[in-house]
Amino acid sequence: MEENNTSNTMADEAPEASSVDTAPASETAPTSEPAPAVTTAPAGATAPTGETLVSVDNLTKHYGPIRAVDGISFEVRRGEVLGFLGPNGAGKTTAMRLITGFLEPDAGRIEVAGHDLATDSLAARQKIGYLPENAPAYGEMTVTGFLEFIGEARDISDIPQAIARVLKMTALTKVQHQTIETLSKGFKRRVGLAQALIHDPEVLILDEPTDGLDPNQKAVVQQLLANIASNKCIIVSTHILDEVERICTRAMIISQGQILVDSTPQDLISQAPSHNVIRLTLQDDDPALASRLEAQDWCSRVEVRSASSVDIYPEGGENHLVDLLDLIKDTPIQDVHLQEGRLDDLFRNVTEGITT
Amino acid sequence: MSRFTGLRSVFKREFKGYFASPLGYIFIVIFLVASGWLTLSRDFGRFLELRQASLDPFFTYIPWLFVVLVPAVAMRLWAEERKTGTVELLFTLPITLEASYLGKFLAGWCFLSFSLVLSLPLVFQVARLGDPDWGVIFTGYLGCVLLAAAYLSIGMLFSAITKNQVVAFILGTTATVAFLIVGLPQSLETIGKYFDVIGLGGYAEQLFLSLSVTDHFDTMTRGLLEVGTLMFFILFTVGWLICGMVALDRTKAS
Repeated sequence: MEENNTSNTMADEAPEASSVDTAPASETAPTSEPAPAVTTAPAGATAPTGETLVSVDNLTKHYGPIRAVDGISFEVRRGEVLGFLGPNGAGKTTAMRLITGFLEPDAGRIEVAGHDLATDSLAARQKIGYLPENAPAYGEMTVTGFLEFIGEARDISDIPQAIARVLKMTALTKVQHQTIETLSKGFKRRVGLAQALIHDPEVLILDEPTDGLDPNQKAVVQQLLANIASNKCIIVSTHILDEVERICTRAMIISQGQILVDSTPQDLISQAPSHNVIRLTLQDDDPALASRLEAQDWCSRVEVRSASSVDIYPEGGENHLVDLLDLIKDTPIQDVHLQEGRLDDLFRNVTEGITT
Repeated sequence: MSRFTGLRSVFKREFKGYFASPLGYIFIVIFLVASGWLTLSRDFGRFLELRQASLDPFFTYIPWLFVVLVPAVAMRLWAEERKTGTVELLFTLPITLEASYLGKFLAGWCFLSFSLVLSLPLVFQVARLGDPDWGVIFTGYLGCVLLAAAYLSIGMLFSAITKNQVVAFILGTTATVAFLIVGLPQSLETIGKYFDVIGLGGYAEQLFLSLSVTDHFDTMTRGLLEVGTLMFFILFTVGWLICGMVALDRTKAS
């Protein structure tokens, strides 16, 4: 019950949030081969919604012999929600730590809202709201005390007003006088979000904001992000692929410090091997079904599940439901189901073979 | 924005932090009880037996008390930040490393100075019982405050290089003890003998004596306010602070 009054509050704050841009498919579509093909989309090809707020050029960071981030370049614009996807240890957190100025890169250049991070670090950091992994906070402080500290450190002019605003946004008003160490995980995560939002930053960087939260808490955080997304640039790392579909306008798959795919979630879904697969179940067994289907030129392969049930993979991932129904119009059908592509499949396809 | 933007907010948070947890109160109680006992005890300070209006018995044991208590104050300053991950939060705020480091140092130093202020009833008692030399009391207290800064800067370095507070405490205590005992006559004699082999015994004794906090602290408790002594404490503290900042910059993300 701790979460239930949030969505209304947040909906009031940003009514235009539901119209988050769904950009046209990138021309540099990702390959579905498990090869490390770097297909960085040119700036603007994905979601040309606003001015560039984060610009990363040839960023490299080593930990000893390990290349945590290996020459990545990209730009993120206002209005974009960029999802960093990748297996654990792919370099997502390192990339975020570089962009927020916590780590210094070995090579490359980062610009945040026009400020070079190497020469004008404080001004750049002032533009960023950052939620580090696991939402660290000073446990012995109260929620309000902690936000006051962040407000002072960020030199906010009207701190009480800013605190009231973020407490309302993140639905923390009830627990504002509690010490942070006594709060549940969901609340702690929201305290982390509140401190990231207190100065109304143009750039929001969130490292696994919903990790470890229950489904209700996840929905609340996702709703919050969707509501504030329109006038900010948000970079969010996650390995919950479902989340990417829900909140991101652009997704990057990172592995071994390199960008493997840079596209829109919709485009990624259509690239997934499971996209437009048809699961067909007949009323009676038909041993010849598979060979009959395989003979069709639109069918790339058939996976037999049982004597009466098959999964049909269409050529080129296209929708061939009409062709199938035409083919089996005389056969009694128990069930036919057209699947949408799953990001999991593409994710595995792209990152497997590299990580194993 | 200057290099010291945010120093005030870090200082304020840290200083309040000492009183937000039992740690600060426990420290003050232990300090006051231990220093009071050492001052009055017949085996140590013999304050009452000496029948002198002097705080010498009090000042004599301060360096030994601080050897344990100051690293206890310093140990959590960075080790805890790194362990809980708040260091990442702190260093992505528009605050420089120098400002955070100095903010924490000043907060710890003010807390230690505050503890010393709480020992003032002893001064009033001395004033009631006799006619003390106020100059000596002033330089003595100033010596204590400078000693606290020196030890705190050592303790902070060790807190910056480990995530484990216990390790930070042990290393801090060891280092502060080393700087204390190196100035004792017995230690200097041993060092002198050792260097006599190469004919530099006298120089070595002088060198180690000048590096030790003991001699400089004693100078102040005797009522002498020398430029050299002040410079020693300032350079000693600043040196350790700089080393600590360099160390923290390297270890913060590990």
